[in-house]
Amino acid sequence: MTDNVVIDVRGMTKRFGALTAVNGIDLQVRQGEVYGFLGPNGSGKTTFIRMLCGLLAADAGEGTCLDFDVIRESESIKRQVGYMTQRFSFYEDLSIIENLDFVARMYGVSNRRAAVHESIERLGLAGRQKQLAGELSGGWKQRLALAACLIHNPRLLLLDEPTAGVDPKARRDFWEQIHELAGQGLTFLISTHYMDEAERCDRLAYLSYGNLLTSGTAAEVIAGAQLTTWLASGPNLQVIARQLRTKPGVGQAVAFGARLHVSGTEALRLEQAIAPFRTEPYSWQQINPGLEDVFIHLMGNSKDNYQA
Amino acid sequence: MRRDRLTFGMIIGIPVVQLMLFGYAINGDPKHLPTAVLLADSSQYGRSMLSALKNSDYFHFVRKLHNEAEAETALARGEVQFIVTIPENFSRSLLRGDKPTILIEADATDPSATGNAIASLRTLLASALQHDLKGPLGFLAGSDGPINLRVHARYNPEGISQYNIVPGLMGVVLTMTMVMITGLAITRERERGTMENLLSMPTRPLEVLLGKIIPYIFVGYIQAGLILTAARFLFHVPMAGSIPLLLLVASVFIAANLAMGITFSTLAKNQLQAVQMTFFFFLPSLLLSGFMFPFRGMPDWAQVIGELLPLTHFLRIIRGILLKGNGFEEVILQLWQIVLFAVVVLTIGVKRYRKTLD
Repeated sequence: MTDNVVIDVRGMTKRFGALTAVNGIDLQVRQGEVYGFLGPNGSGKTTFIRMLCGLLAADAGEGTCLDFDVIRESESIKRQVGYMTQRFSFYEDLSIIENLDFVARMYGVSNRRAAVHESIERLGLAGRQKQLAGELSGGWKQRLALAACLIHNPRLLLLDEPTAGVDPKARRDFWEQIHELAGQGLTFLISTHYMDEAERCDRLAYLSYGNLLTSGTAAEVIAGAQLTTWLASGPNLQVIARQLRTKPGVGQAVAFGARLHVSGTEALRLEQAIAPFRTEPYSWQQINPGLEDVFIHLMGNSKDNYQA
Repeated sequence: MRRDRLTFGMIIGIPVVQLMLFGYAINGDPKHLPTAVLLADSSQYGRSMLSALKNSDYFHFVRKLHNEAEAETALARGEVQFIVTIPENFSRSLLRGDKPTILIEADATDPSATGNAIASLRTLLASALQHDLKGPLGFLAGSDGPINLRVHARYNPEGISQYNIVPGLMGVVLTMTMVMITGLAITRERERGTMENLLSMPTRPLEVLLGKIIPYIFVGYIQAGLILTAARFLFHVPMAGSIPLLLLVASVFIAANLAMGITFSTLAKNQLQAVQMTFFFFLPSLLLSGFMFPFRGMPDWAQVIGELLPLTHFLRIIRGILLKGNGFEEVILQLWQIVLFAVVVLTIGVKRYRKTLD
């Protein structure tokens, strides 16, 4: 283990009754990294994050988080981690400044008043500090939540779908802030559904039904999938998409706006499959698969362990 | 309903509990009231008097006293309901036809507990000596009886039931609101999602629970102050004892109820369940504490349950302080039981408080 690894866990497992929500996940995250956590709903992202910060007791697994034992020293981990919940979880009947002050008190932040003031300034909440948290719009709630997570100067931030339900501009501002903080040495583990956000991450992990399917940089993830993708354009793409999906060698045929991405793992059989459709009025070209192609591919190949 | 067992339990449980309480536990005509005797003349006639009282079913002799001071303490602590004093030279005065006086002192803080017993006294004593005063002594029986009976309804001589109810109401109101307020505390955090945030912070269970309890003690004080003010100026309830002492005790009682609520809160899955649990606690508190019905009128099993409830002890304390003028010595006998209740309940709460979301 090198000393700039912030999260280093192996075999993290969590079961809820018959369901294995997280199944033996290994994960390493280095300091200053923005690590993206992707996967469909119910894939175990939230459960994994909750295990890291001691909100859920792991059924199996070992390792360290911020050099503390991830199973036994969750109280110490909590002090140095900022956790932003998926659902807004601050007190709606307290104002922004009261919420921040409360959080600062809970962490025992020294020089609390200054810390609260600074975080309000930094996040541009100055004009709204007396407003009740319950009255804020989604974007402002998210800013408040981030400000609260940062108030005790954590070394690691665990953000669970922080941008769900936030408008594009706010999302962009948010990510700029993330990268700025990462530049200062903060480490992020962020779960998200958005592909553009996935591309902004230094490294990624893709989960499905509790299993870690792939991880690495975006380029590594794409290369690892060994996917060949063809792009088709023309009229009535839905019709040929339906026909293509039944052909051997075609893993997926997915509409991206007015274009169709047809992908498969066996380049030769894929080319044979699309050959009959390479006629007018359709135009075809081979492209490099994107993250989304890869994720759709991964999702299609994984089995729901609940139905197994 | 199948998935909410507690609600189902309430639907069956409430009528069952009510039937038990109203059907078996409650009795408006309490009998076998503990009575102490101060017997300064151990003659045949004195004993006849006592056995007549005993036979009435209202009086149950529990101890013999030796002097006035002992009698005073026993009554103040509420150990006995009545004290019967047979004076010195009782027999001699009786035989001389001097009509000796028998003194019966009653703890009349709750007029309904003593009313029937006192009403039965006069006929009882008139006939008590009939057997003894026969033949040559027959003349003593006379037309207006051989003895004088003096009844002292102590602490509430006019038998004003408000004096009993209004102070008691303070305990009832505090029980109802305090248990409810904290009963919702943790479940509300869970339902609003703020629990997840709270748990992700470095907090200890006892910190969170005490943090929920302490602010509401002041809310409890507002209610206590309101009721005390009304008691003083609207109902003119006597305030014989120390009000600061009462307020001190009230804080313990408030804390005990808040602890009960917070423990319900850790047990309940949602706010509705917390409210249901509160109700389940409130019902026996109201009925078995001696607030609505005389405590000593209840069968033993109901008294045992009643002794467990903080309201029972608080009622004794507040009535003791206001009406009897009790001080710390009498109060502490009840207070430690409230403290014990609070500690036990809070310990359960801390144990049940889940530090994780599982």
